[in-house]
Amino acid sequence: MQSFLNKYPRIWRIFDVLLPVIAALAALAVGAVILIFLDASPIEAYGAMVDGAFGSTNALADTLVKATPLLLVAVGICIAFRGGVLNIGGEGQLVMGAVASTLIGLLLPGAPGAVIIPLALLSGFLAGAVWGAIPGMLKAYFNVNEILSTIMMNVIAVQLMNYLLREPMIDPNQFDSASKIPQTARLVVAFDLPRLIPTRLHLGTGLAILAAILVYIFLWRTVIGYRIRAVGLSTFASRYAGISVPRYIVLALLLSGAFAGLAGAIQVYGLHHRMFTDGSATGFTGSAGFNGIVVALFGNLHPLGAIPASILFGAMIVGANKLQRVMQVPSAFITVLNGLVVIFVVSSEYFRRRWARHRDTEVTEKVAEPASTEAAE
Amino acid sequence: MISELFTATVLVGILASGIRLATPYLYAALGETFGQKSGVLNLGVEGVMLLGAFFSFYVAFTTGNLWLGLLAAIVMGAIMGVVIAIVNVTLQAQQGISGIGIYLFGLGMSDLLFQITLGTVETVKGFPEMHFPVLSDLPWVGEIFFQQNLLVYIAYILVPISWFLLNKTNVGLKIRAVGENPEAADSLGVSVSTVRYFTCILGGILSGIAGASMSIALLNVFQQNLTSGLGFIAVALVYFGGWRPFGVLIGSLIFSMVNALQLWVQVLSIPIPSDVAIMMPYLLTILALVIAVQRVKPPTALAKPFERGE
Repeated sequence: MQSFLNKYPRIWRIFDVLLPVIAALAALAVGAVILIFLDASPIEAYGAMVDGAFGSTNALADTLVKATPLLLVAVGICIAFRGGVLNIGGEGQLVMGAVASTLIGLLLPGAPGAVIIPLALLSGFLAGAVWGAIPGMLKAYFNVNEILSTIMMNVIAVQLMNYLLREPMIDPNQFDSASKIPQTARLVVAFDLPRLIPTRLHLGTGLAILAAILVYIFLWRTVIGYRIRAVGLSTFASRYAGISVPRYIVLALLLSGAFAGLAGAIQVYGLHHRMFTDGSATGFTGSAGFNGIVVALFGNLHPLGAIPASILFGAMIVGANKLQRVMQVPSAFITVLNGLVVIFVVSSEYFRRRWARHRDTEVTEKVAEPASTEAAE
Repeated sequence: MISELFTATVLVGILASGIRLATPYLYAALGETFGQKSGVLNLGVEGVMLLGAFFSFYVAFTTGNLWLGLLAAIVMGAIMGVVIAIVNVTLQAQQGISGIGIYLFGLGMSDLLFQITLGTVETVKGFPEMHFPVLSDLPWVGEIFFQQNLLVYIAYILVPISWFLLNKTNVGLKIRAVGENPEAADSLGVSVSTVRYFTCILGGILSGIAGASMSIALLNVFQQNLTSGLGFIAVALVYFGGWRPFGVLIGSLIFSMVNALQLWVQVLSIPIPSDVAIMMPYLLTILALVIAVQRVKPPTALAKPFERGE
């Protein structure tokens, strides 16, 4: 088996791609056991899931709409990862991007959409950048662990959002309606991102795919991108090569946050057309800030790989929502499933590394040549 | 209105609740200290706490026995500890991400079980305040130190015990060796993975108790997301405390005092929006990290999976 695979090294590639899918299926299998305990038929449940995600044009469009923020966050995560930092702050960055862009739309209701939409997306991008740059600077100049600081920044962003939505930004009509969830007024219709086909699919999905392509070019075809990756591979060697390591650590987290912030702005202008909060981050973000990390892993930490990965993950979320509606399972089941997928996917990386080693040792033994550049990667 | 904060009753109230509220931080952060000392960064503390909180509450609510409730939290914590160890030690997962998975799982699972078993917010009669002759009746001092419940006292007793275990015993030496230089420890015959499994399970148990201390001793309720981010602060407190049990104690006290102050500010309806007040401990965490991290170096092998060379 082993030698057969080494004769056709491309077959390993298929394993690499399939691995996260297998991991996700394993997570769904554990989910099935939980469903049995909940007195729900797993076959029926997952059937509903597939139907909900791919069953109709509308379902497909919803899947793509769900995939959009995941892809943007994941693209940012790719930059951070390649730069050697772990950005757990997507939730907060997304929230801040959404808040900033909503503010623009609320403050300038009379302006033309052609002005406001780009301005709002830019402000979301910048707000996310700020929220990412702060942990970046704390890491680069004060040696504060970015995992901890980004988690704290998440909570701060959520509380800021709760305060703003409860007090200054609240919908003036909310006092009349019976809704308990604080929300802003609906933004002017002229500010809605254009719809692509008569579904909920909006321009944001296209922008996200564009962003993935641009980030790929940025990371692999520009000097700055090259330096970010160099710092991620070895801070020591980079410093030796004259690269200012702290500056590129800040830049990696800043850009990572910026794309999450853009995701927030696109959620507002493309999908919700307002902001709302149930008090937690998940209420608005749907955990996209966390799930984007998993999508990035799914896609091998490659911006282009993140495109199909985000669609798969978007399908899973849309399907899980349908499952919950059809089977009357508490919505918390989705969070459980989400956690299981994260755990299984991140654990499955182990097998990827093991295979990679097998592959390298066998190839070098047989060919007795220096390892190919691909293997050295 | 600010002056209302400085009356004796309020100050005593703040100190007493500060001492009490440090309890979950202490259990969770001490447990995390063992893990991190051995090189495992477990970000999933929050999730394990929620599961511990739910199971202890559910068992205590249905059986009426608080000790059984506490036992349930311990068992649940140990099970989650094993899961965490499998993921982080055996499968060598990226620990920053696997912890988020454990958190989401615990958050969802505790909520799911809550919805299908209890459905509504119930209360239990939690661990009662203890009464010491003479001491408890002392003015001020009595209220601050000698009218707390059993789980509060155990948390504080655990601080010197943890210090002793880490610094004066063979087990502690192995834990530190594995966290500082796993290769060297391995070559001397210490099983790195066994030690890390042990610290993960211990950390899981203490996180479970941390959850129980909230649901059956301090708040005596269970609801969705009961711990609301406390587990993440506990992880930060380990950094703040410089990976030392007494450092963790100081950090926990500072945070619980700020929290107590924040609660009293709301009680006295001082005009600071509650959302902003809740933000304070987290801002403080970041500031504290900036100051604390400059002093001590983390365990060298923290968050680095170990694999035996061939």
